Amino acid sequence: MTKVYVDNRPFEVRPDQCMLQACLTLGFDLPYFCWHPALGSVGACRQCAVKQYKDENDKKGRIVMSCMTPVAEGLRISIHDPEVVAFRAAIIEGLMESHPHDCPVCDEGGECHLQDMTVMTGHNYRRYRFNKRTFRNQDLGPFVNHEMNRCIQCYRCVRYYREYAGGRDLKEFSMRNQVYFGRYEDGTLENEFAGNLVEICPTGVFTDKTLKRHYTRKWDLQFAPSICVHCGLGCNTSPGERYGSLRRIVNRYHGELNGYFLCDRGRFSYEFVNSERRVRQPLLRQDNGLRPTSKAAVLDRLKSILAFGKVLGIGSPRASLEANFALRALVGAERFFAGTAPAEQRLTSLMLQILREGPARTPSLHEIELSDAVLILGEDVTQTAPRMALALRQSVRQQTFQIAEKLKIPLWLDHAVREAVQEEKGPLFIAAPYVTRLDDVARETYRAAPQEIARLGFAVAHALDGSAPEVAGLSEELRNLAGRVAQALRDAKRPLVVSGPSLNSESVIYAAANVASALCRAGKPAGLSFTTPECNSVGLNLMGARPLAEAMEAAQKGEVEALVILENDLYRRAPRQQVDALLKGAKHVIVLDSLLTPTASQAEIVLPAGTFAESDGTLVNNEGRAQRFFQVFVPQGDIRESWRWLREMMIAAGRREAAALETLDHVDEALAQALPALAAVTKAAPSASFREAGAKIPRAPHRYSGRTAMHANINVSEPKPPDDPDSPLSFSMEGYPDQPPSPLIPFFWSPAWNSIQAVNKFQEEIAGPLRGGDPGVRLIEPTPGSEANGAYRGAPPEAFSVREEERFFVPLYHIFGSEELSQQAPAVAELIPKPYIAIATEDAARLQLKEGDEAEVRLNGSTQRLAIRLREEMPKGLAGLPVGLPGVETVELPAWGKITRV
Amino acid sequence: MLSVIRTLWHIFLHAFHPRVTVQYPDEKPYLAPRYRGRIILSRDPDGGERCVACYLCAVACPVDCISLQATEDETGRRYPEFFRINFSRCIFCGYCEEACPTYAIQLTPDFEICEYNRQNLVYEKEDLLISGPGKYPDYSFWRVAGVEIGGKGKGESEREDPPADLRSLMP
Repeated sequence: MTKVYVDNRPFEVRPDQCMLQACLTLGFDLPYFCWHPALGSVGACRQCAVKQYKDENDKKGRIVMSCMTPVAEGLRISIHDPEVVAFRAAIIEGLMESHPHDCPVCDEGGECHLQDMTVMTGHNYRRYRFNKRTFRNQDLGPFVNHEMNRCIQCYRCVRYYREYAGGRDLKEFSMRNQVYFGRYEDGTLENEFAGNLVEICPTGVFTDKTLKRHYTRKWDLQFAPSICVHCGLGCNTSPGERYGSLRRIVNRYHGELNGYFLCDRGRFSYEFVNSERRVRQPLLRQDNGLRPTSKAAVLDRLKSILAFGKVLGIGSPRASLEANFALRALVGAERFFAGTAPAEQRLTSLMLQILREGPARTPSLHEIELSDAVLILGEDVTQTAPRMALALRQSVRQQTFQIAEKLKIPLWLDHAVREAVQEEKGPLFIAAPYVTRLDDVARETYRAAPQEIARLGFAVAHALDGSAPEVAGLSEELRNLAGRVAQALRDAKRPLVVSGPSLNSESVIYAAANVASALCRAGKPAGLSFTTPECNSVGLNLMGARPLAEAMEAAQKGEVEALVILENDLYRRAPRQQVDALLKGAKHVIVLDSLLTPTASQAEIVLPAGTFAESDGTLVNNEGRAQRFFQVFVPQGDIRESWRWLREMMIAAGRREAAALETLDHVDEALAQALPALAAVTKAAPSASFREAGAKIPRAPHRYSGRTAMHANINVSEPKPPDDPDSPLSFSMEGYPDQPPSPLIPFFWSPAWNSIQAVNKFQEEIAGPLRGGDPGVRLIEPTPGSEANGAYRGAPPEAFSVREEERFFVPLYHIFGSEELSQQAPAVAELIPKPYIAIATEDAARLQLKEGDEAEVRLNGSTQRLAIRLREEMPKGLAGLPVGLPGVETVELPAWGKITRV
Repeated sequence: MLSVIRTLWHIFLHAFHPRVTVQYPDEKPYLAPRYRGRIILSRDPDGGERCVACYLCAVACPVDCISLQATEDETGRRYPEFFRINFSRCIFCGYCEEACPTYAIQLTPDFEICEYNRQNLVYEKEDLLISGPGKYPDYSFWRVAGVEIGGKGKGESEREDPPADLRSLMP
């Protein structure tokens, strides 16, 4: 620690940072624009000026930019010196010269960094009387709105978009006072992380276009700490509600996971909660159709169904632990099935077993960012676990920092570091059957069939450690590549292997595990990260559900009286005929879901389940971190948490013990008792009885407006705010006025900091953990000294051989389209590709197919007609079928299939 | 003794003073235009709705009796989809008028809004919107704000240069 003096008061600060960051960590309000904790310093805006003094006798001092001043022993600065205060006010006055006087209609208003900083510097009256320069706006697609007149030219957007997120289609144009930030021409921003521009931009140039359709100010939104449900990473989000509909999602900082950024799927998919396809009342099948009915009537019907045993339950990887547990309690552990594709369940179990046995530990996203050599086996991370791709993109910088360190450039001095590093990149190797979105930063890519990818992995492990299984018949080319990968991983300080179940291949996962094991044997602290397909895939797996196929067998034998399906569209899990047979095999089908899915429309009874925004629960992410999400608002009608419905069903079935599962805490306690692997879930967040200074934590900002008018059209007497028996949060603006513990932070706000940059005040140190530690508990750690520890697993598969008549179909994923819930959000739906099959250009020529031609695909007994899309770099003999895309049948992949012209 | 006589004398003099009691409601008192009575929403000089649904009146309201929802027309001009004031809660403090950046919400000298049924004190936009500009006849927010709306493009607001030509190399 280094001693510095701020306004003559001594402070101890970390030496590897700039003075601005140090001042913010110390809690001073120092205005800034171009600096961002994730982007470092460039010294462009001159807003963070402070006065620096030579020593205690120096009375004059000189003005310096705090973001360009390294922390040094005995450094003396002043923030409050009148001269420097006037300087900062003058700077902002200059920045505001052309600001368009439109705060009342600006979506940033009320959470605007520029407003905050203007107030902070004291600039309050416009003296500049000349004309303002203006710009035309661009249409940047369904997510981001563009209003260029508001720009203050801080360059944060292009620095984030191009340098941090790796986008290429946003740039600065023109010169002098006409610097313009936009695309070359109108069009959707290509980068999958473009939504972060909304938070990166300190003014209202880039705002959330989905919010604009139902605009509400930050102070009017009711928030809750939540977890993203659109992939397995478990990014922390802060959704906001007004008048009973979800209005937007913003990032909720988590030091170990998402940090300052979310992906566009996580940010803009929330609108499925407001979808027309929501089930809002219990539905009962009457005269051949599902008709809305009352809760009492439906429970009465359930009573008679559940009275006769043989009830099977199908759990869901997108439902909370509590919901799955309640279903398990209803039907019994031996009749609880996992509602996942058979291969997916097998692979998830395998991945968990590997992670639990070790020796490699699964890193958090933040640790992934810090890895300095990465091997990706068979994953297009941007499409399957998007936020991880952004972390991996940062990892390629790690080794290049040595160049800067050698030149004694501090790492926070961003542009100097980039200038020194030039195009140099750290080692990232990607082996996948197709082009991935990270290829541009990869040192080498290897495009091959899943079998070949696994063989590469095994070869790398063998190259690292001779005792690892050897791959027979390895080509010279692959052997050399394996050697180069092994060398790079061996030379690294924190090597990482990334893989996952995307290719549905066990050997790929074994290969990844073996590489990590070989590195661990060599004494490297290797990380092994697996993506998981859905938000609670790991949690469901830890419950030990039986495979779906067994439920299908039971149904075929006619042994199923009733089938309870929890938040699951089985048509996405297994081929149509199999699911049809399962649903027909059961006498009664009861579905609990938030949307009227194809499965739900086949049911006899549909119960309206709450989405993540209308329920509380716990999810376990790919890293094995159990995190609690909290209800954002109380929905109208009969929508309630799935576990509440299941409890009522248990009571209806005469199970007295269910009466005790009254609140979330009761369910969690029962869950922790029944399943020791999940015992720690009770520690994921404070229990409902938690109080801060005797008060609950308010969900709404203290300046929440319209309480006595919003319901007045219905009844002028205001209703009492709803109670929340499940959490220490209140559905109100009233409660504890200060910072709550980290798992309970509904939104970031601090006096004088209305924008999301208020997060500075919630961190132990800037860009570090939240005060009191980042939320969530890790359930999976490698067991030291376990028998399998360090042993090599699996065996290399046979080499892939191209067939004359058939193509080997591998699954393809799309960030927008492959995930079920996000498809229902209108903004995301605009970007979903049309159904297609991808084939190699070479193969297409042989089949006489052109781009856009329709072709018939026969795969695993199913036939479908799809358009052809050519993929330049796809290996010969392979074809790709998009997974989960609307209009594409569910088929078990990978598989050999036939493409014919029509 | 003297004070008693003095008091009597003063009371006697009052008999010749002009009367202050007004025979309301037969006779209406004069109230200044800035009197804080019933709230209205005014219109621009060009007849369009002045309110841009910025939510500042709602947030300034100490009794939270204003609620609204913003929406936009096809040209990007923002206006309230609904605008509701619960006059049974209103304390006529005038903070909403002070907060309003467009002079849309104004308090008027009308105070005669009593009702037998409290529910009738809930005013919707139709009840609040008047047909003129109220106390500020000339102001139009849209003439000043640098955003594009129907009939006004970029660079056509007050004190604005025409939009920058990004492809020009002229210094």
